[in-house]
Amino acid sequence: MNHLLMVWVLVLKVYRFDLQDFKKINPMGTVPALVDGDVVINDSFAIIMYLDEKYPEPPLLPRDLHKRAVNYQAMSIVLSGIQPHQNLAVIRYIEEKINVEEKTAWVNNAITKGFTALEKLLVNCAGKHATGDEIYLADLFLAPQIHGAINRFQINMEPYPTLAKCYESYNELPAFQNALPEKQPDAPSSTI
Amino acid sequence: MITDHRLHSVSAKLKLYSYWRSSCAHRVRIALTLKGLDYEYIPVNLLKGDQSDSDFKKINPMGTVPALVDGDVVINDSFAIIMYLDDKYPEPPLLPSDYHKRAVNYQATSIVMSSIQPHQNMALFRYLEDKINAEEKTAWITNAITKGFTALEKLLVSCAGKYATGDEVYLADLFLAPQIHAAFNRFHINMEPFPTLARFYESYNELPAFQNAVPEKQPDTPSTI
Repeated sequence: MNHLLMVWVLVLKVYRFDLQDFKKINPMGTVPALVDGDVVINDSFAIIMYLDEKYPEPPLLPRDLHKRAVNYQAMSIVLSGIQPHQNLAVIRYIEEKINVEEKTAWVNNAITKGFTALEKLLVNCAGKHATGDEIYLADLFLAPQIHGAINRFQINMEPYPTLAKCYESYNELPAFQNALPEKQPDAPSSTI
Repeated sequence: MITDHRLHSVSAKLKLYSYWRSSCAHRVRIALTLKGLDYEYIPVNLLKGDQSDSDFKKINPMGTVPALVDGDVVINDSFAIIMYLDDKYPEPPLLPSDYHKRAVNYQATSIVMSSIQPHQNMALFRYLEDKINAEEKTAWITNAITKGFTALEKLLVSCAGKYATGDEVYLADLFLAPQIHAAFNRFHINMEPFPTLARFYESYNELPAFQNAVPEKQPDTPSTI
């Protein structure tokens, strides 16, 4: 899922790493990791902010202070409210310690709570996209989250019409299309 | 109420909805004092369930703390609040000017807010204790903190100064201080494997803005603490 965020913003230079070499790049052993000359950055949010600061066009944050805050809030709901509860380590743990049904319930609950919050947050300030008619930070976090929710976790989007409308708007944009998991160089050739 | 001699005049006083023990609220309390901003402290007792009251839910439909009210504007997430405060009241700046150091601040912030804190909040405690048992809950939280602190130690060891990313307090420090405080005081984490983080923690303890923000010193801190 995090590949989506990376590829959307980057003009790609592709580096290939051996697994052993990768831990020299990122001791945490997580993706994504960005290498820019001597600089290595290991977190999707940090990478995106770095890119926005170094390459300011188009800006990923609006000028208005309140709209900026809404973007940060939406980002945070995804980054800290939803995604940590659906990552592989967590879902394996719950499945192992309790069972599969609990795992599914746990993930569904995290996504539902987060999407409910996002819907309330964005309903009055959404335009074509999450916080207006331009793509901003919130959209970069929403697109992969909604994509995962629909495709991996079969979440029903009916209670979240604002989020569903945002998601449809992303499907019209090449930058978002090209970032999908299914379209990456390392996507398996068989259906996921 | 926390005051500071560098009071800014604001047209309506800021209001902070906070819980004494919330590490997320703790971050914002530090930020407000660093910026010299006067604010009204409105306690939300998470143990009693105040966060589900209809009045609070009008402020924050998510039912979480902290929430900041600035006139007509309501902001509901500690990171968003801190960035809003830094945008609106730029002095002292919470991010350095160097791109790479800024990125390190964002990384440290993200490790705390997405890899550690979500695994130690009240909803998760109750779930794990309820569905499995208290020992598993403790093991889970200890593991999350240990993994996160290991990553932070590696991230910061080569760029730390007196504080996380140099000799000035920045965004990373606002997230580290409450996390280390909780790890130490609530979860009894041994800090020996994390000497860089332990050193920061001692530095924070010398700063009034950090001292005044600790859970033990808030208007709603229980008298038994």
